[in-house]
Amino acid sequence: MGNDYNPFSLEGKNILVTGASSGIGEAVAIKCALMGAGVAVTGRNVERLKAVYDQLEDAPFRAQITADLTVAEDLERLVAALPPLDGAVLCAGNSTTLPLQFGSREKFDDMFNVNFFAPVELLRLMYKKKILNKGASVVLIASIGGTHSFMPGNGVYGASKASLNAVMKYAAREFASRRVRVNSICPGMVDTPLIHRGTITEEQLVEDAKRYPLGRYGRPEDVAYGAIYLLSDASSWLTGHDLVIDGGFSI
Amino acid sequence: MNIQEFIENFAAQLDETDEALITPETQFKQLDEWSSLTALSIIAMVDDEYDVIVKGNDIINSDTIQDLFDAVKSKRKPGAD
Ligand SMILES: NC(=O)c1ccc[n+]([C@@H]2O[C@H](COP(=O)([O-])OP(=O)(O)OC[C@H]3O[C@@H](n4cnc5c(N)ncnc54)[C@H](OP(=O)(O)O)[C@@H]3O)[C@@H](O)[C@H]2O)c1
Repeated sequence: MGNDYNPFSLEGKNILVTGASSGIGEAVAIKCALMGAGVAVTGRNVERLKAVYDQLEDAPFRAQITADLTVAEDLERLVAALPPLDGAVLCAGNSTTLPLQFGSREKFDDMFNVNFFAPVELLRLMYKKKILNKGASVVLIASIGGTHSFMPGNGVYGASKASLNAVMKYAAREFASRRVRVNSICPGMVDTPLIHRGTITEEQLVEDAKRYPLGRYGRPEDVAYGAIYLLSDASSWLTGHDLVIDGGFSI
Repeated sequence: MNIQEFIENFAAQLDETDEALITPETQFKQLDEWSSLTALSIIAMVDDEYDVIVKGNDIINSDTIQDLFDAVKSKRKPGAD
């Protein structure tokens, strides 16, 4: 067997990464390029998106498209700019820590607009417009919250991610006719700007990380490596699965 | 914003503590029922009622309800009474 044996290679694939301007999406974009993929990145912040785009210089194909996925015209513009894709990792999302008694319709709408409606609409259009090639693989970044873990204060967020996981399974069934696979990753707490917003203090985060059996919060690349598996041909027979990557937290 | 109304809004987030015992001097984190969920409820209440985002550290740095009241007041937009 040659040294270039690599069933996880992404060579010859073009992959879209949303939320690529920060955190998990940033790591996914950079690692996909290292695995040989062409990568299209999208996010809202122009400078941070460009900084990630600049790191994709060895990718056989690269593109950057700035878009707010909760704005219909932006989403349309993004879809129109996409090349045929062999994979997509939808990382764009937000979180909120809010006891349910404060979860007004407005708060739910804010969370569902970005975490549920935006990725679902993007997924729908990529499939309907046949931007996703036959055999393409889609990875939705959900969360353990809402399906595997129910921490107080996470209800509004968890509901949006549980809904996303539900659509993932239906899409996996329906899109199988074109051999398009749809899976999700459900991360536990991952060290990105998302968790350092101050609602939870740094001291509380340090304490919370100790509750993870593997002794630490996740790193963005822990999730990126899972995404690479799901994008690669190594997972050709896997669809409709929610891959928990959480250092053992939800066991 | 006045302290009496703030205390009422604060007390509404508590389930076990006698409201009559809550005063500006109450060291709220010493209350038996104080928990991380109570802290989240206080943060959400302040957002709803006063349109101010307090952080976990504002809670940590406040000993008494008066301290927290002062912190919220100092973050209010100019013109909001
Ligand atoms: N970190 C965790 O602990 C954790 C755990 C479980 C699941 N997740 C999920 O993982 C995903 C990535 O989170 P992260 O931790 O990497 O957070 P992050 O560092 O805050 O990154 C969030 C990304 O989403 C983009 N985004 C947010 N709202 C958007 C909008 N309206 N339109 C387009 N892009 C938007 C941001 O773009 P700009 O920065 O350019 O605005 C950014 O690139 C999210 O879906 C999150 O819910 C995270």
